[in-house]
Amino acid sequence: MSDTGMDRIASKMPSFIRRSDPAVVTAFACIIILLLVGSIYSRSFLSPEYLLQQLKVASFLGVIATGMMLVILLGQIDLSVPWSVAAGAMMACAAAAYGPMGVFLAIPFGIFCGVMIGVVNGIGVAYLRIPSMIITLATNAVAQGLMVVYTGGFSPQDSATGAMRYLATGFAIPGVPNAVLIWAVIGAAMVFALTRTTFGRAVYGIGNRERAAYLSGIDTRRVVMIAFAVSGGLSAFGGVLLAGYASKAAQSMGDAYLLPAIAAVVLGGTSILGGRGSYLGTVAGVILITLLQSILSVMQMPEAGRQIIYGVVIVAMLLLYGRAPASR
Amino acid sequence: MKDWRYWLAEQRGTLLAFGIFVAMFILYTSNHQAGFTANVVQTASNKGVLLAFVAMDQTLVVITAGIDLSVGMIFLLTNCVASWLVVGSPVETAFGVVVVLAVGLLCGALNGAIVIYGRLQPIVATIATGAIFFGIALLLRPFPGGSVNERLADALTGRLFGFLPASLVALLAVVLVVWVPFSRSVYGRAAYAAGSSETAAYMSGVPIRRGKFAAYVLAGLLSAIGGLFLTFFTYTGDAAFASGNAYTLFSIAAVVLGGVSLFGGRGSAIGAIFGALAFRTIGDLLFVFDFDPLWQPLFQGVILLVAVSLGAFALFRVRNRLEWFL
Repeated sequence: MSDTGMDRIASKMPSFIRRSDPAVVTAFACIIILLLVGSIYSRSFLSPEYLLQQLKVASFLGVIATGMMLVILLGQIDLSVPWSVAAGAMMACAAAAYGPMGVFLAIPFGIFCGVMIGVVNGIGVAYLRIPSMIITLATNAVAQGLMVVYTGGFSPQDSATGAMRYLATGFAIPGVPNAVLIWAVIGAAMVFALTRTTFGRAVYGIGNRERAAYLSGIDTRRVVMIAFAVSGGLSAFGGVLLAGYASKAAQSMGDAYLLPAIAAVVLGGTSILGGRGSYLGTVAGVILITLLQSILSVMQMPEAGRQIIYGVVIVAMLLLYGRAPASR
Repeated sequence: MKDWRYWLAEQRGTLLAFGIFVAMFILYTSNHQAGFTANVVQTASNKGVLLAFVAMDQTLVVITAGIDLSVGMIFLLTNCVASWLVVGSPVETAFGVVVVLAVGLLCGALNGAIVIYGRLQPIVATIATGAIFFGIALLLRPFPGGSVNERLADALTGRLFGFLPASLVALLAVVLVVWVPFSRSVYGRAAYAAGSSETAAYMSGVPIRRGKFAAYVLAGLLSAIGGLFLTFFTYTGDAAFASGNAYTLFSIAAVVLGGVSLFGGRGSAIGAIFGALAFRTIGDLLFVFDFDPLWQPLFQGVILLVAVSLGAFALFRVRNRLEWFL
């Protein structure tokens, strides 16, 4: 009864609204509300410079959330983000200490370390069938241990190379920060992979029902492993960019990115159970989280209040969209 | 099959954890400078008991086929609450203890309500509630500080009759008062059944929701007892993010070592306690063998990684490949 009523209302809306995911629409609506609320606090909130600055800050989270989204689409989760970010940043900076070749290979080496963490996750989840939350927590702990041993408790070479700084803070096109450009390229590649390749179809298929995907001839284990490797690599790349932005790497730099990355993906309407979600939603989620962080810092909200607000926002949004079906 | 064989099959994980713990503890004390003395046992048990309480929390939730990534944060939050309230005269102290335990119950109830009645995935739900708990803990204690009733603290962390660590006795008491009645009750059975096969349990009319809810609530209580003991050991409250995360991680390691199935429905809190004690002892082995403490995080991470990977041996028993995909 209510369904047909909803359908009748929906049929009167323009087609682009009818087809869009309610979660994505809500996320964009929240962004606009946040911008309006912010503009009450400070006139400069709607200025182009400020918005571009926000977009630049958002792009670091955006790169990390892209990998997280891929894993969540599979119905899995990657909890090794904190130390993948830190390992990528620290290893890239450390590689730069080894002569000009090291400087040249710094960024690829940082990403490679992240990919390795992802591959271990992938082997554990896909081939050993260990629950992803457990194995990614374990590799996170191992990566942390390796970094602690490597640095000996302090950072040996922790300053970012010129290339890393250029990627994070430079302007290849006047007016557009490089970080935003990188996020756009990675985002476009992800959209292409998800919608135009068999790999993307397989990801959605596995997220819906891995058995069915396996029976239809997909090598599901390889797809899962690749997805985790990509997620690890993107986390590490996010770390490399962050190190370039702050011009140095630090041990705990990744801690602040796990919860926002998951939140951004979930707020963007990607089902935490897997198989459903669009990249547009993740973009909306990332911008939403970044604006929220920005407004909370403008309001001089202490760290404690921010943590509470994150938690409440995630639970509230999940209760709106992310509920599992009732057992019948 | 005889009764004792059933019993043996059921308790295999627990007995294995007990065996690992005994072997590791013998290795630890025989290489310790002071040897097997009351002091060494007391220190080891005080450190182990903290993790044991948190591991019991994790067990209760894992049995229902869930996971609680907020254990460490409940632990921190109750530690911070205790550092404000468990002080002063005996009556005030008792009131403080009751409040701390109530906070734990409330945290557990919040997790349970969101996961069971809100039907959210336990992983993300407990990460989010963990952030909330940590935020509140940070509000209570932006800087480490506070105090605790030292007479009570010393009584519960000292020794009875000169050799028996009081913290172990407290752990035993909690097992007898909380775990044993729960696991034998209807709700305890329901929690196991829900973890084993939720559909089958639902079809058989088992009160799965109330059983799972009871498990989450008691889990919060156990973490609160852990937080209380942390305050007794350190005399302060400290909202340290890294420490909360470490306890969450170690609780999972302890549960895995203790033979509790991460897929739910199998294992016991007794096993997790021995898993926790074994994990602590293995971590401390580095010190008696004079390794650089820098290696400890890596060593603990590798133990966890190896422990969870061992579960993969079950794959060799799978006859139909479709059973890979649960």
